Amino acid sequence: MKHQNNISEVSESDSLFDFSVDKTKKTVFITMEFSAELALVWDAFTKPEILDQWYAPKPYTSKTKFMEFKVGGRRFYAMVGPDGTERWAVQKYTSISPKSNFKFFNAFADKDENLELPGSDWDLNFREQDGRTEVRITVYNESLERLEKLIDGFKLGFGMTFETLTHLLAALSKK
Amino acid sequence: MRRDVFQAIADPTRRAIITLIALQAMTPNAIADNFNTTRQSVSKHLRILTECELVKQEQQGREIYYSLEIDKMKEIDKWLAQFRKIWETRFSQLDKVLSTLKKQKK
Repeated sequence: MKHQNNISEVSESDSLFDFSVDKTKKTVFITMEFSAELALVWDAFTKPEILDQWYAPKPYTSKTKFMEFKVGGRRFYAMVGPDGTERWAVQKYTSISPKSNFKFFNAFADKDENLELPGSDWDLNFREQDGRTEVRITVYNESLERLEKLIDGFKLGFGMTFETLTHLLAALSKK
Repeated sequence: MRRDVFQAIADPTRRAIITLIALQAMTPNAIADNFNTTRQSVSKHLRILTECELVKQEQQGREIYYSLEIDKMKEIDKWLAQFRKIWETRFSQLDKVLSTLKKQKK
């Protein structure tokens, strides 16, 4: 059951992407490898003017209202939809080891920075080898618990895995 | 009272009911035959599942048949798929940003 939903992809520039989920640990793992030096990749994750260029999946745009990259500091930002709607969130930096690791607590918020709990804990590790930089991200998300209950229930109750059920549902919906 | 899909599946009996009626529409009696519990208890679970819009009822003659709302069930699977999709997109966008920055530095 460990590390399922494993998907690896190679982009045009020979970079790597991997996404996996450990449901028992309520943790998502994201591994990315770029053909770029560590200093540049570190900047891309820690400088708001670069973060805003890639953090929002298109057609959304990322807007950082302020960002103080230091332990105890925070980034207050929004994902802005094509229709102008803003979804605000806060990242609070809890630990920083320059060009190696940083951790933050992430939660959605309203436009006045009132947090919507629970949030998630993020841990980002950076490592350079042969001019390539690997970023390993782990996201511990409390709300995965709900998902975990569902999956375990299907397995224990009827010997049916979540995947099987998903396939079944997909087949049924085509009828 | 607002109910959501996650509340519906928090209970093992309700999860079992979902898997049963995923295969075919069933009457409350037929569903109850699969459990060592009272008919009242099964009706209560069916009511909650209906309120969560996971299950729909259809009158056929004198009987009510319960079946699964497929679209609602898919929400759960979508949850993880969406998160993966967001990071896939971020990854390719960051990859492009990095190549641009590399060129600027040269």
